[in-house]
Amino acid sequence: MSVATCFIMVITILLGSSLFLLKDINQFLTSSIQEKADISVYFKEDAAEEEIFNLEEELSKIPEVKDIKYISKEKALEEFTKKHKDESSLMESLAEVGGNPFLAALNIKAFEASQYQAVVNFLENPDFENLIEKVDYYQRKPIIEKIFALTVGMKNTGLVISIILAIVAVLVTFNTIRLAILNQGEEIRIQRLVGASNWFIRAPFLVQGAIAGFFATLISLLIFSLICLFLSPKIEILFSDLNIWNFFTKNFSTIILLQLATGILLGMISSTIAIRKYLKV
Amino acid sequence: MVNLQNVTKIFPARSNGQVTRALDDVSFKINKKEFVSIAGKSGAGKTTLLKLILAEIKPTSGQIFFDGEDFSKIKPGRLPQLRRKIGAVFQDYKLLPSKNVYENIAYIMEVIGVSDEEITRDVPQVLEIVGLKEKSQNFPAELSAGERQRVAIARALIHRPEVILADEPTGNLDPYNTLDIVRLLLKIHQLGTTVVLATHKKEIINSLQKRVITLEKGRIIRDEENGRFVF
Repeated sequence: MSVATCFIMVITILLGSSLFLLKDINQFLTSSIQEKADISVYFKEDAAEEEIFNLEEELSKIPEVKDIKYISKEKALEEFTKKHKDESSLMESLAEVGGNPFLAALNIKAFEASQYQAVVNFLENPDFENLIEKVDYYQRKPIIEKIFALTVGMKNTGLVISIILAIVAVLVTFNTIRLAILNQGEEIRIQRLVGASNWFIRAPFLVQGAIAGFFATLISLLIFSLICLFLSPKIEILFSDLNIWNFFTKNFSTIILLQLATGILLGMISSTIAIRKYLKV
Repeated sequence: MVNLQNVTKIFPARSNGQVTRALDDVSFKINKKEFVSIAGKSGAGKTTLLKLILAEIKPTSGQIFFDGEDFSKIKPGRLPQLRRKIGAVFQDYKLLPSKNVYENIAYIMEVIGVSDEEITRDVPQVLEIVGLKEKSQNFPAELSAGERQRVAIARALIHRPEVILADEPTGNLDPYNTLDIVRLLLKIHQLGTTVVLATHKKEIINSLQKRVITLEKGRIIRDEENGRFVF
């Protein structure tokens, strides 16, 4: 089996490992996008903090609720000034209003887009009417639903593309090995005719397949780590919390196992299938 | 030893749409230590007959017994073991092109599981017998037709098989080499091995004065001790 076989296997293994990496990046991206979807409940000016905490506790009992965050009037003002301190016109108008114009609020996150309606239904209970100023669900509803639809779409497309690529890669490798064995078909037939058992003939091919797989794994590992190392800072510029080098080092053993398994199994299984028809003599 | 009962082999239709009836209701028996020549023109079915005995192909109907075992009922795992009792010399030599002369012969012993000492002892001996000691490191492509045929015979001998099947072993050889090969086969036979020799050469058959089975169009037309080549 030749250098070409090894090279094709490197491509397959690299593809397999990048799918593993992409799957995780995808997960990270979808969850970070989903993080951004939430609804806020604004409380009336005179609402007591105690009552708000009671409501927060009630809300946390709803199974659809993933996370609740309380933002007091003071905190809201503080965050606003911190965020816009360089924009003088905004700061001026804030000073003109005088005092603290912000309302206390609860930021609520649910697990899925469809679950927000249940939370809103709960909040629209007349018991809370004199406590709640407004719930901003209806303004945000289309955005929230779009975000969730987008992430589900991302997951599915990723999965389909991964599966197709994996199948193509396996077929290409198998075919390369088949071609490598093709011109040894006559030799295998002769070996059968002089009384060699199937395992006696098969063993060297399996070993060759495994060795090709092993070397392909080593090469892929090297290329893959270089890619991760050099790409990592560039990706971090785009998505600040995503560090693929860390991800690579953290999952090093999984990646090695994945690559070894892909390489060696692919080599051995392809060889077995490829020589099967010559063993029928 | 070898027993064929009503064996018919039909090859499927090729482009002209006609099936080839290579063997038609052939029955005969070869006993231990016999020297049998299979005579007949090209296309009479000699090669098909030998291929059937080696279980390289299966008969369309009829039964073939080797050492009492029915080939049609044999398990695939047992087939290699049976073939090791046969030494085959093929018309086209069938040497392993990627192995040199020495390795081609040693391969058979490795297949059987013989120890390395025996291999290093026996292979030079058998090369000596066929007169190829100097060529042991050459590859089949570097040898002449006669030399390749002698390697093939050495390979068929090395594991002391019970039967040697030789399919036109002199087919591509000049008269000198032909004589050598025939002498070699006779020597093997004298040492107690059954030999089945398929050939279309009149001189060989007439000089042997052994049992001759004559095939024509897939049928046995003659089977006689001390036979002659008659057409």
